[in-house]
Amino acid sequence: MLSDILVYGLMNGAVYAMLAVGFSLIFGAARIINLAHTAFFMVAAYAVFYTGTSMALHPVIAIPLSILIVTLVGVFVYYVFMEPIREHETAVLIITVAVALVFQELILIIFGGHYRGVSSIVSGYINPLGLRISYQYLLTIGVVSLSLVAVWLVLMKTRLGVAIRSSAQDREIANLMGMNVANIAAATMALSVGLAAIAGVMVAPLYTLEPHMWLDPLVLVLAIVILGGLGSIKGSFVGALILAFIEVTVVFTMPGGAFLKVAIALAIMLVILVVRPEGLFGVYLEGER
Amino acid sequence: MAEIKMALRYIRNEILVLPTRVIGVVFVIALLLLPLLTQDMYILRILAIAAIFAIFAASWDLLSGFVGQVSFGHALFFGVSAYTTALLNLRLGWPPFITIPIGALAAVVVGLLVGIPCLRLKGPYLGLATLAFPIMLMGVIFVFPGFFGGELGISGITRLAALRIHEYYIAVVLMLVLCFIMWKITDSKIGIIFHAIREDEIAVRASGINTIKFKLLAFCLSGFFAGISGGLFTHFLRIAGPSMLAVLMSFQAIIWTIFGGIATIYGAVAGVFILYPTLEILRAAAEYRMLIFALIVLLVLRVMPEGITTFIRDKIERECPRCKVRNAVTRKECRVCFADMR
Repeated sequence: MLSDILVYGLMNGAVYAMLAVGFSLIFGAARIINLAHTAFFMVAAYAVFYTGTSMALHPVIAIPLSILIVTLVGVFVYYVFMEPIREHETAVLIITVAVALVFQELILIIFGGHYRGVSSIVSGYINPLGLRISYQYLLTIGVVSLSLVAVWLVLMKTRLGVAIRSSAQDREIANLMGMNVANIAAATMALSVGLAAIAGVMVAPLYTLEPHMWLDPLVLVLAIVILGGLGSIKGSFVGALILAFIEVTVVFTMPGGAFLKVAIALAIMLVILVVRPEGLFGVYLEGER
Repeated sequence: MAEIKMALRYIRNEILVLPTRVIGVVFVIALLLLPLLTQDMYILRILAIAAIFAIFAASWDLLSGFVGQVSFGHALFFGVSAYTTALLNLRLGWPPFITIPIGALAAVVVGLLVGIPCLRLKGPYLGLATLAFPIMLMGVIFVFPGFFGGELGISGITRLAALRIHEYYIAVVLMLVLCFIMWKITDSKIGIIFHAIREDEIAVRASGINTIKFKLLAFCLSGFFAGISGGLFTHFLRIAGPSMLAVLMSFQAIIWTIFGGIATIYGAVAGVFILYPTLEILRAAAEYRMLIFALIVLLVLRVMPEGITTFIRDKIERECPRCKVRNAVTRKECRVCFADMR
């Protein structure tokens, strides 16, 4: 059981970290609470189902293609629906909900409400210390770690990363310094949706695909970014691991755990929030008290 | 005779001068007189549910629009009251006019319980933390299916009233009265403090106002109104189910209010009375129903990000540049100070 907790906890933690880091990025750079974030994740999973299973493309083509398409859709949504009304934060919030609903309904119409599955990219498993770990899990954890390191490098070492971080710190000043904040936000959106898409294509073989699969991860991602501190990448990463392990432990150790897993994860988030109102690694910015 | 003349003058000078007031009055009269035109069960049912949801949406607007305490978990109040009402009615056999107020009080207590830990949280932190509460409660409901009815919920509750037309009038009149009360609250001294807390909490505290007291008051008030709507809804549908606590329920209130126009109360009502019947009419479109609905919300908000009522109000009325009184857009001079409006 301990080994199960370890494997599933790491696996879920990795996926949640991908989602939460992306969510945090776009919140930081553009102050958008993107409730459609996990809907992009779902669309990516369905895209890989369509290109890989229905069109029978090789995974090496199908996977990058899916990621690319979903990222482009994300940038399109940003430019058409969010950028023009950015000052009306509440309207943007509802627009993201509406976008998520549109994705859900489109998928429901195109693919139907049945449960779908995607075959694994790699089959087989290894047996270290009596643990049965399938290669798909290892691949997912590996890809996720690589992507997160890549994002960290982009943020810390490139000009774009400096631009994103500065517009996250103070959008107005970044604008005054001659940066095109709208384009920076669009680039961040691409990065953020791209991360969600990578997570989506990686877990497509592990999860069951259905048009409502975006709701549960959304609640957890929101809990994670709040727990870790909004806009903090490190916080999102740590929060994802914490909540994933709590969730998995509850499922494996408690009776009725499947019903209570989200409830207990959220209760722990609330307790931490009462002690630290800005989350584990968050800071209140002076202008946004 | 003199009274009638006074009344007519009041109507001409205070209501007919502003197109938005005319629309509001016509809407209220139409709602009250509608059963004279049609007794169709289906139409009355849709409008009664819309009226109940209008209370719910307006209560969200009171808390989130006016006080700025954005709550993503407003279904908590709705659901707690719904379950309290249902259990009291089913287990103890109490009638609706007792169970609904008790349900609303339960929602007030829950509002306090939620409000106290959330006092330190601000902005998105508060919103996303409140999201957690109804989901946690839903977990509890699934773990004790014997008491709460599990996934199917509690059914077999007595009707709100024996006749559909009575139910309609209870829902509509309560909606009008409660929304009027909420509107008056936001207009009162307390309402000014609420506005101020939204704009700058620290400045309010620095002015010697106990913001904690007012924030808790806002949670309680909002919980009370949402609770009444939850109780009404339970007795109207005769079922209390876990869907009343779902994330979608919370977001429905937000969608309606922002669609109609946030921080206005009447915007919340307008949002519900536009969107809820639209969703029902779209049943004709079968599987495209939710898609069309989402596209409508998307496109309307893209064009009118401030909400539909605010957008229309600014199109048909203008503020006098000198005395800040609203005027119909057709007027050439202000109706109060006669300043030039062109």
